[in-house]
Amino acid sequence: METVLLYLGYFFVSLGAAFLFLGAFGIFRMPDFYTRLQAGTKSSTLGAMSLILGVGLMQPEWFFKTLIIIIFIAISNPISSHALARGAYKTHQKPLTDTIDAYEEVAEENDNKKEE
Amino acid sequence: MENVSNISKLFYTWIILFIVWLAFTSTLAIEEVITGLIVSLIVALLSFRFFTGTGLGIFAPKKIFYLTQYFFVFIGALIKANFHVAKIVLSPSLPINPGIVEFETKLKSDFAKMVLANSITLTPGTFTVDIVENRFYIHWLEVEATDEESVYKEIAEGFEKILLKIYE
Amino acid sequence: MNVFFIIIMGIIMLAGVFAVIRFVKGPTTADRVVALDNLSTIVVATLIFMGFVFQRFIYIDVSLIYAVLGFIGVLTIARYLEGGI
Repeated sequence: METVLLYLGYFFVSLGAAFLFLGAFGIFRMPDFYTRLQAGTKSSTLGAMSLILGVGLMQPEWFFKTLIIIIFIAISNPISSHALARGAYKTHQKPLTDTIDAYEEVAEENDNKKEE
Repeated sequence: MENVSNISKLFYTWIILFIVWLAFTSTLAIEEVITGLIVSLIVALLSFRFFTGTGLGIFAPKKIFYLTQYFFVFIGALIKANFHVAKIVLSPSLPINPGIVEFETKLKSDFAKMVLANSITLTPGTFTVDIVENRFYIHWLEVEATDEESVYKEIAEGFEKILLKIYE
Repeated sequence: MNVFFIIIMGIIMLAGVFAVIRFVKGPTTADRVVALDNLSTIVVATLIFMGFVFQRFIYIDVSLIYAVLGFIGVLTIARYLEGGI
């Protein structure tokens, strides 16, 4: 049982480290702010969750505390990226797009309201 | 859904806070448990009005079943999302076609909307930019459709069907 | 301390390096904040991993506090960008 948990932990830790790397690499490579946010949020969330879960499996007496941190990361990361995207749009950072930007009207409306 | 009694809210908050206490102390020593019960009751008394809109009704077996189902759907989507992003980041030509699309949700409670928005953020190629009343604005990495119907079907339907059963 | 742990630490450090490059390059404030957010997630994961490697339980508490503070920091900057502070 112990060794099974240990190897499972090794697997999750390697997976987590790989995804953390991919998230940072995505932030480095993507062309504009919103696509960077896409790569950064998703990969670093799953990467951190998986790495912490791996540590929790290798060290079973820490398991519940690591679970709390996993839940906190799963809740807080999407919220902070959502707040950042909204804040960035308000500073007139336009998304790079060829197809559609449905949010533009709403942002303009808000701007007009503020000026009044 | 609208008329949840204060008692139910208080007990729900108390139970959740006590579980968090148990996870933090990671022990079942009797002194720790008693202290935890008292402290979490005090915090629950101070905060239950803002903490939750659902109350004890969430612990009904049917809802537990749907919550579990939601959890598995969510984890599946999360893993798929990561391989999707990994594929895009690692391919030399960077095949993206970004844009912001919108759709309308049927959910009413604020908490359910928050859960849906967070789930959308963590699933393949999409994240929530803003919620205005019941319209969601979604940044999509590979825009496949721009009309609301197909956007809704593509992005939100799977999650919303389960959330409607839990929170409405 | 075996080879496996060193390799994992190397990969995480490489991730940190890429995030730092984005943090330095910018070009806008929002880009820098994304890199910072990502860095704080990396640091939380690293702290827990280091706690395991060196068998120090206290690192878990440190990383939890770091996660909370990083989250609040990013929210504050987002609020500032929005102009609502």
